[in-house]
Amino acid sequence: MATVLNRKDFVSNQEVRWCPGCGDYAILAAVQKTMPEFGVAPENTVFISGIGCSSRFPYYMNTYGFHTIHGRAPAIATGLKISRPDLDVWVVTGDGDGLSIGGNHLIHVLRRNVDIKILLFNNRIYGLTKGQYSPTSEVGKITKSTPAGSIDFPFNPITVALGTHGTFVARSIDIEQKHLGEMLKRAHEHRGTSFIEILQNCSIFNEGAFNDVTDKALKADHQLVLEHGKPLIFGKNRDKGIRMNGMRPEAVQLSATVTEKDLVVHDETNLSLAFMLGHFEPPLPTPVGVFYAVSRPTYDGAVNQQLVDAKAKQGAGDLRALLGKGDTWTVN
Amino acid sequence: MAVPPEAAGQAAESHESVAPKPHLKRDQVVIRFAGDSGDGMQLTGMQFTSESALAGNDIATLPDYPAEIRAPQGTLAGVSGFQLNFSSNEVFTPGDEPNVLVAMNPAALRTNLEDLQPNAVIIVDCEAFNESNIKRAGYTSNPLTDHSLDKFQVIEVDVTKLTSLAVHGLGLNNRAAFRCRNMFVLGMLSWLFQRPIDATIISLKNRFKKVPELLEANIRVLTAGYNYGETTEMFASSYEVPAAHIAPGLYRNITGNSATALGFVAAAVKAGRPLFLGSYPITPASDILHDLAGYKNFPVYTFQAEDEIAGVCSAIGAAFGGAIAITTTSGPGMNLKGEAIGLAMKVELPIVITDVQRAGPSTGMPTKPEQADLMQAMYGRHGESPVPIIAASTPADCFDCAFEAVRIAVKYMTPVILLTDGQLANGAEPWLLPDPDKLAPIKVEFATNPEGFLPYARDPETLSRPWAVPGTKGLEHRIGGLSGENLTGNVSHSPANNELMVRTRARKVEGIKREIPPIEVFGDASGGDLVVLGWGSTFGPIREAVKRVRAKGKKVSHVHLRYLNPMPGDLSETLKRFKQVMVAEMNMGQLLKLVRAEYLIDAFGFNKIQGRPFKVSEIENRINRVLEG
Ligand SMILES: Cc1ncc(C[n+]2csc(CCOP(=O)(O)OP(=O)(O)O)c2C)c(N)n1
Ligand code: SF4
Ligand SMILES: [Mg+2]
Repeated sequence: MATVLNRKDFVSNQEVRWCPGCGDYAILAAVQKTMPEFGVAPENTVFISGIGCSSRFPYYMNTYGFHTIHGRAPAIATGLKISRPDLDVWVVTGDGDGLSIGGNHLIHVLRRNVDIKILLFNNRIYGLTKGQYSPTSEVGKITKSTPAGSIDFPFNPITVALGTHGTFVARSIDIEQKHLGEMLKRAHEHRGTSFIEILQNCSIFNEGAFNDVTDKALKADHQLVLEHGKPLIFGKNRDKGIRMNGMRPEAVQLSATVTEKDLVVHDETNLSLAFMLGHFEPPLPTPVGVFYAVSRPTYDGAVNQQLVDAKAKQGAGDLRALLGKGDTWTVN
Repeated sequence: MAVPPEAAGQAAESHESVAPKPHLKRDQVVIRFAGDSGDGMQLTGMQFTSESALAGNDIATLPDYPAEIRAPQGTLAGVSGFQLNFSSNEVFTPGDEPNVLVAMNPAALRTNLEDLQPNAVIIVDCEAFNESNIKRAGYTSNPLTDHSLDKFQVIEVDVTKLTSLAVHGLGLNNRAAFRCRNMFVLGMLSWLFQRPIDATIISLKNRFKKVPELLEANIRVLTAGYNYGETTEMFASSYEVPAAHIAPGLYRNITGNSATALGFVAAAVKAGRPLFLGSYPITPASDILHDLAGYKNFPVYTFQAEDEIAGVCSAIGAAFGGAIAITTTSGPGMNLKGEAIGLAMKVELPIVITDVQRAGPSTGMPTKPEQADLMQAMYGRHGESPVPIIAASTPADCFDCAFEAVRIAVKYMTPVILLTDGQLANGAEPWLLPDPDKLAPIKVEFATNPEGFLPYARDPETLSRPWAVPGTKGLEHRIGGLSGENLTGNVSHSPANNELMVRTRARKVEGIKREIPPIEVFGDASGGDLVVLGWGSTFGPIREAVKRVRAKGKKVSHVHLRYLNPMPGDLSETLKRFKQVMVAEMNMGQLLKLVRAEYLIDAFGFNKIQGRPFKVSEIENRINRVLEG
């Protein structure tokens, strides 16, 4: 592409209308900043969303956009991508949109490996409908619909995605602009369904839900940044790591006796390791980065290949011949 | 002896004495083949249909599948049937009461007996009437000997034994030999109705290309059946149903589902765009998916989605990208699609939703037809959500309606609902092949000019908005389900704007009226004592019934609706010319309600909700009663 794109090419003329302090602003900023680097023109980019605060996203992108119905964005994106493999198709969804009402579509698009990029904004709450608990809310959460505390056991978006054998599964954080930008780039490079869970602060109904990984004072000790081929090290002084104790992971303090060599080395192609990391919960640190990335044929690619093969074998469709197929007879 | 009763009344006109047995002419015969699901009755029926078509008859057929895939052998639930009406006159239905029944076992006899004409011919495989089969069918005594069939003409043929004799020496095991029984029946009936078996032999050769011993067995059994008819004393005569006067041209036999699939392919070819089907399997719609999956080279994309919602949503996505996008389903799936259809209606993207209606409510009787989804198609979405609806009248008409649905969808940028039903889907009739060059044009013009581009600007005549597909530089825009501003489509909560948009979309759909051809009244356009109004698959039985009463001088006419939303502009004035309006439907009176509400016409209904089409005689009797007052 000859013309160089910049951020402005991706900013629409619509006023952004999230609440002050909402993490969605940061995600929008990261996307608008990173997209020009992909070299894909705005007209070849499509953002499709469901319903929720997060799903307002397409209105603010100066690309093609489709704000659809609750939970169905992956299905709409699948139809578009199959029939228009030339387009760069992104889905924006929320923890309710993608994991509750649209959970079925999400698992199937991941399983099929349709070449679309899914950004799931996880604020662990229903924002748009004013603060009910979501499928990612922790047990015991007090909300308007759960005055006595929620009793649902939550979904973990990462392990759900891994459970479908999704081919690219990552996590990032709304305000970690650099990291989020890198994850967007990795997602875009990947051929197949890319799934990024973005931890997103809902300043109105779930303020501080991810404080441990976003607070400047706390985050270094609670974030575990995954890097392929590198040992799992974290901590303000990078002096803690993850070691296997038999079949169980444990956080250890590095010392003269416990060295980097004892630590688990991240391997993005190891599904078992990805599952293990996906299940990390405090007191273990919260992993961010690419849990899993492997290559598998894409659904849209295979569908279109079947069309090419059919044409090679049978020739281009001939309507007259098709209508007259089978036993025919002539009436004089 | 074996006199098809319908013809029996008319006395035998021609005795040709060249053959050793007399040869009687008949106008029309209705045969039903019935047996266990494994007995090959569908194949036998279809092959006999082909033979009849080649003989120049007009025909209509209807299979009757058991609800269970493999019900236990010999049970009532396992009976599979195939009915064929062939005639030297124009045929409108698969026939009311069969005058010939082939029953391969006691269960097949028992499930079909009540449908037969009095005096019908029943051909049975007597060896299958053994004690255990008789018991399994729920009989306490053998119907062949207990005189319960005295009002019929029963012909007992030892089909099983004769079949095994015919394949003797071929080394077939018992089971394989048993499975050739249907060919004996086909051969016998081919002789009885003087159908050459050459075409069947050719088709057997194709079918058993790779298994020469089975080919040999089937041909032997088929021929044995034919010869049996000719030489034994079983049949005193054979019959001839002379060719019908039908429009000249090239024909093929087609089911409604196949015709629907072809109509969509033809529309996509005419539009010069790929066809995209997003669908989730459901009886009786799945065959459209199966057919289209075989037409990839056109190109046709078929996507078997995870559910009906994803089916319609994927179609919406494909329509956004510029494909001719469709989804297919039946009643329960239609419920699931409602919200997404509303989205397509609001964003104004063209998709066609086919509902192959089946008997509800809930899971109902999945293999049986009904017409009870009309109100759902009309009103089954939240908010003001007008969607054009068209309905097919016969299996072959499904082609034209599918094509027309796409044409309207694209021209008006709107979802369109196509209603067919289980009867049309599986029923078949001869189809005069259309000339692709003569099909109506379907013009697809994507917006390309960024100058002053507005995604919701409208064509002054059709009120249609531009189709601006991703990939077009300078036309980047956002659409969505939220109320949108006139012209720009930008999110707007302006009260006045909302009303403007709701009314505009309603006017757009209403405007399709301009294109609907004037109503063709079958009968007296100027009016009369009674008009029977119908839609969908009731076309056949209503038309035949009206024909019959008119032949007796009654002032009764038939109006059939293809366009249900909007309805033809001249419907009200047409109906008002008649003293009485009767709406015959396979539901509790859905079109009836619409017509009464819309036009203040004091119409009344004639309704049947049995998962079975109207019999011609039922409508005929009802008309007569109405006329008697
Ligand atoms: C069919 C349907 N059911 C319910 C709703 C109401 N609804 C809108 S958004 C939403 C939850 C959104 O939560 P989430 O996906 O987490 O998005 P967030 O607002 O938190 O970004 C609900 C229940 C709807 N719009 N449509
Ligand atoms: S409710 Fe929460 S998620 Fe929604 S816009 Fe406000 S802060 Fe953001
Ligand atoms: Mg949320």
